[in-house]
Amino acid sequence: MSQRQVLQVFEQYQKARTQFVQMVAELATRPQNIETLQNAGVMSLLRTLLLDVVPTIQQTAALALGRLANYNDDLAEAVVKCDILPQLVYSLAEQNRFYKKAAAFVLRAVGKHSPQLAQAIVDCGALDTLVICLEDFDPGVKEAAAWALRYIARHNAELSQAVVDAGAVPLLVLCIQEPEIALKRIAASALSDIAKHSPELAQTVVDAGAVAHLAQMILNPDAKLKHQILSALSQVSKHSVDLAEMVVEAEIFPVVLTCLKDKDEYVKKNASTLIREIAKHTPELSQLVVNAGGVAAVIDCIGSCKGNTRLPGIMMLGYVAAHSENLAMAVIISKGVPQLSVCLSEEPEDHIKAAAAWALGQIGRHTPEHARAVAVTNALPVLLSLYMSTESSEDLQVKVLLPWIFRYTSAEGGQLSTT
Amino acid sequence: MATLARLQARSSTVGNQYYFRNRHLNRIVTVIQKWWRSFLGRKQYQLTVQVAYYTMMMNLYNAMAVRIQRRWRGYRVRKYLFNYYYLKEYLKVVSETNDAIRKALEEFAEMKEREEKKANHEREEKKRDYQARKMHYLLSTKQIPGIYNSPFRKEPDPRELQLQKAKPLTHRRPKVKQKDSTSLTDWLACTSTRSFPRSEILPPINRKQCQGPFRDITEVLEQRYKPLEPTLRVAEPIDELKLAREELRREEWLRNVNDNMFLPFSSYHKNEKYIPSMHLSSKYAPISYKEQFRSENPKKWICDKDFQTVLPSFELFSKYGKLYSKAGQIV
Repeated sequence: MSQRQVLQVFEQYQKARTQFVQMVAELATRPQNIETLQNAGVMSLLRTLLLDVVPTIQQTAALALGRLANYNDDLAEAVVKCDILPQLVYSLAEQNRFYKKAAAFVLRAVGKHSPQLAQAIVDCGALDTLVICLEDFDPGVKEAAAWALRYIARHNAELSQAVVDAGAVPLLVLCIQEPEIALKRIAASALSDIAKHSPELAQTVVDAGAVAHLAQMILNPDAKLKHQILSALSQVSKHSVDLAEMVVEAEIFPVVLTCLKDKDEYVKKNASTLIREIAKHTPELSQLVVNAGGVAAVIDCIGSCKGNTRLPGIMMLGYVAAHSENLAMAVIISKGVPQLSVCLSEEPEDHIKAAAAWALGQIGRHTPEHARAVAVTNALPVLLSLYMSTESSEDLQVKVLLPWIFRYTSAEGGQLSTT
Repeated sequence: MATLARLQARSSTVGNQYYFRNRHLNRIVTVIQKWWRSFLGRKQYQLTVQVAYYTMMMNLYNAMAVRIQRRWRGYRVRKYLFNYYYLKEYLKVVSETNDAIRKALEEFAEMKEREEKKANHEREEKKRDYQARKMHYLLSTKQIPGIYNSPFRKEPDPRELQLQKAKPLTHRRPKVKQKDSTSLTDWLACTSTRSFPRSEILPPINRKQCQGPFRDITEVLEQRYKPLEPTLRVAEPIDELKLAREELRREEWLRNVNDNMFLPFSSYHKNEKYIPSMHLSSKYAPISYKEQFRSENPKKWICDKDFQTVLPSFELFSKYGKLYSKAGQIV
């Protein structure tokens, strides 16, 4: 045989391999094919192709594996069992950027399903390589690595601690400053997922200087980015007074109030969550929020939303009013009580009704004047009907049972339409 | 019982008897006792008066102190603990801030709306422009009015004017697709000594099919891409020996200290010239290529056929007579 014919055999084989792996990758995008693929034993085939000589086949095989593992956790477990992860981690350090992106995608897809799988990823030493990928030049690689770290850190505090110990936080803060919007989004969401578990982790995030950068980016017009940034700031500030004060010192007021007027529902929800987390700690912080006009903005926001998006705003009013009677009076004069009674009557969900009832309770409990302000809006008959109704949950009934109402309405005498 | 009664009677009588016997002394003692008792009483009265006075004064002081404290407590509560006017001011300021914030936020929302509307509007405009450019052929000509220029209308549709203004699109040149590194052909192309050179633009398919029986494609390609088979003369030159000699001479000349011939030391004073050996002084050199052949004169040839070679000719002549064309052949 001539040399050309011999080589032709090899070319055919390579072509066949490429075609196979590209078709599998394409089929894996559709959920109905994945069962069939799994039964056909695609996992072991892809595993051998992952070690192929040709770089494109390796990359496409990694991409196909990632898509399969993304679909459900059985397949992700199969990926872990077939010992694919050590090979991925090893070649992640060496290969070109397309392979790095595909391998980081596989790690992300495996890590997102459960804490055990994420622990398996950490155990095979993927964290160090992912952190090295965060320093790569290509923004796509950084994005894929940050996403994988985010899904790992999301599950519980130990995994987040492992991610922090690998030194990811300063690099994530650097990633936030990059010009690409997608990278900023992912880095902000990663920081948010790291900080949400415990005060120490939140303190680590703050020590890396993240708060200043996050606060600057609130003005960015992209809605998804704002949503992630507000979520990150609220996770940081929810743990303690010091952290909340640090977030406030970054001068987020009154810029955050403009986010309450955004078109996107999630941005509004996260902005009111952030204000709630800040206001709930001490009366001074609540006073700061009130002085900045936050109460009016939140009340308007409650008026313009429906459903679960309203819940953080309602709770924020309750927290503000709970601190002292002056603040409760401030909530009353900002026309918060009619809005809350509207929420109480028109919302179908039980937990939102319970929250509205609690907030009204916090407003009305200080003095007879406050009680009168609550009663004037005809909220009391609604509360009673909710208490008596058989459909409402235990939680709702407990919150509605407000003994103080009876105490204060008797103090007001016959002026109120008591029930 | 009887004795007790008798004792009682006797005691009273005893006392009475004593009284009647000592009336004078009793009177004196009573006076003394009277004065003593009044003295004691007066002393007691003084104490009582003092106590009463003291109590009255204390009550007065207490009442005054309460008045002062009342005033102070009222002032303190009103000023520091629950300053009604301050609270009223504060609530007024808060409500003003709220109104300002509400207005600012509404303006902000309005501005956002306007921007979005403007962006939408611009996008629509661009789309319409692009459509006008694509459909420029709908423009009306002198003979036939176009769609937007109905003869029953008073004036043409504004779309007509837009079509007039639009510049028609040129044909899109076939874009050379950027192949990223994931295709098989790229890998093959980099081992190009074995594969065919590929052009990235396919030939146009609307040409007429060439007619006729075609040769086998493998033969054609074999012929077209036959590898180079150089002749012996090109592959290995025949004046190698001469070149080698030149090379040797050059190297020796390099080592010369002086270009002039060295004179032998023994005949230094004789100043005789050096006589080279026979080989070096001969004027006969290997015959050059051109001198090996005489020039050809066909008129002097005795026959028209070529001489038969007895010995095999060397490859210089291997192509002689086997060329494609008949030019230069012996007639």
